[in-house]
Amino acid sequence: MAYSEKVLDHYNKPRNVGTLDKNDPNVGTGMVGAPECGDVMRLQLKVNEETQIIEDAKFKTFGCGSAIASSSLATEWIKGKTVDEALEIKNTDIVSELSLPPVKIHCSVLAEDAIHAAITDYKAKRAAREGSPQPANA
Amino acid sequence: MQTPIYMDNHATTPVDPRVLEAMLPYFTKVFGNAASRNHSFGWEAEKAVDNARKQIADLIGATPKEIIFTSGATESNNLAIKGVAEMYAERGNHIITSATEHKAVLDTCKRLEKQGCRVTYLPVQRDGRIDLEMLEEAITDKTILISIMYANNEIGVIQPIAEIGKLAHARKILFHTDAVQATGKVPVNVQTDNIDLLSLSGHKIYGPKGVGALYVRRKNPRVQIAAQMDGGGHERGMRSGTLNVTGIVGLGKACELCNQEMPAESKRLAYLRDKLKEGILSQLDECYINGSMEHRLPHNINISFAYVEGESLLMGINDVAVSSGSACTSATLEPSYVLKALGVGEDLAHTSIRFGIGRFNTEEEVDYVIKRVVETVMRLRELSPLYDMAKEGIDLSKVSWAAD
Ligand SMILES: Cc1ncc(COP(=O)(O)O)c(C=O)c1O
Repeated sequence: MAYSEKVLDHYNKPRNVGTLDKNDPNVGTGMVGAPECGDVMRLQLKVNEETQIIEDAKFKTFGCGSAIASSSLATEWIKGKTVDEALEIKNTDIVSELSLPPVKIHCSVLAEDAIHAAITDYKAKRAAREGSPQPANA
Repeated sequence: MQTPIYMDNHATTPVDPRVLEAMLPYFTKVFGNAASRNHSFGWEAEKAVDNARKQIADLIGATPKEIIFTSGATESNNLAIKGVAEMYAERGNHIITSATEHKAVLDTCKRLEKQGCRVTYLPVQRDGRIDLEMLEEAITDKTILISIMYANNEIGVIQPIAEIGKLAHARKILFHTDAVQATGKVPVNVQTDNIDLLSLSGHKIYGPKGVGALYVRRKNPRVQIAAQMDGGGHERGMRSGTLNVTGIVGLGKACELCNQEMPAESKRLAYLRDKLKEGILSQLDECYINGSMEHRLPHNINISFAYVEGESLLMGINDVAVSSGSACTSATLEPSYVLKALGVGEDLAHTSIRFGIGRFNTEEEVDYVIKRVVETVMRLRELSPLYDMAKEGIDLSKVSWAAD
């Protein structure tokens, strides 16, 4: 199978590879996939509490070239967006940007899931921080 | 040294220039039909075919009359197994084979199951070899055929062929072996190994594609098979169709060369393979060899590179042609059934690479492949969350993965 230029570019020069401190209250971590399925993505984002803008994002991925490219692209796209804007990124956007063939669509789905999982983690942390001292609708 | 480097010699091999040279006259000058009995064109073609029969027979310890030409090993396997099942249907309907056979054997057996045969698929042990006791226990009074491959195409593991042959003959059961990967690479002898039917193929031994042979024993016992194609009754009625004279000449020459060069060639290939293995293993941790090292083809190595998915590794070493047991590289999206049969976990099956070193690979190429594999695995492990976790001491088998 031939890979698209963009997949090759992300595979050869992945953006935002790395790790953020998962104990930082402003960092959300999402890990999706499973080793038996041949893909695991870990995507992390750091949110500015005031503006809700994602200031930094990092990933590491075990998976085929398309999985690596999808997660690399995802980190590139979410940086600078607000949390709510990031939630609007659809796997189909990744498919068209990277020209993924049908057998690789699951890679884009996984990347979307990773964004959602990281944001869910961030929101849960925030809720725990703000919510726990006071009753929810006092 | 030129790139890309071809190191996937279990998939196919290039035609040896000496084989090509032997074939060329038979396209345009000696183009007769080997079945034409009444002119020199036919006689010349028949002479060439007979010569090839002898070259092949000599390689495997057979006699020329026991060699039946086919279009390749897929056909040879089909003809052997279906041909025996049909011919010996009165005697029994049970066939024993193994889980790591090539699809040409497995799917043939599956079809026969639909037609009323019973098939036992023996599991293999962790090293890839069948358990002889299990084989013996699987035999019933209805067993007519044991079909076990000589050497596996993914992991290069060699089965205990002589022991299987002995057992089969003691129980008066026919023994077929798919010897595609073994013939020409290791000494194969149908007499000492008690083999009744043997499949081989041209394109795995530096001969042309689309030609192969089936050895069918004529004495002790005389094996009969029912033809699976109707036609002019060529090959003593077992396989109709005008003989592919050029291909057959090529196959014969390829066998002759293997026969002459095997002692030196297998030593050289084993040296290169061991160098490749050591070169990789000495520089990378957490690499796992799949299958027995003791009972193995000299030119094969199959390694799982933990935490690095196979297709991404192939993409990284894109100037080296090898293959992977990863699901992403297979049409079925399932990781290798051969590795699964060995008990290799799916996580490690996804990270496996098969290297098949061939006649035309050089030491310089092996050095280059070592370098490319090592640097690419290191780079991809830097990218792998699994490698991170393993380094932190997390037991990955205990993690509950959020898989969809
Ligand atoms: C073990 C084994 N059996 C059978 C075959 C099929 O051979 P052919 O390509 O000649 O049909 C192959 C090759 O793919 C093989 O490796």
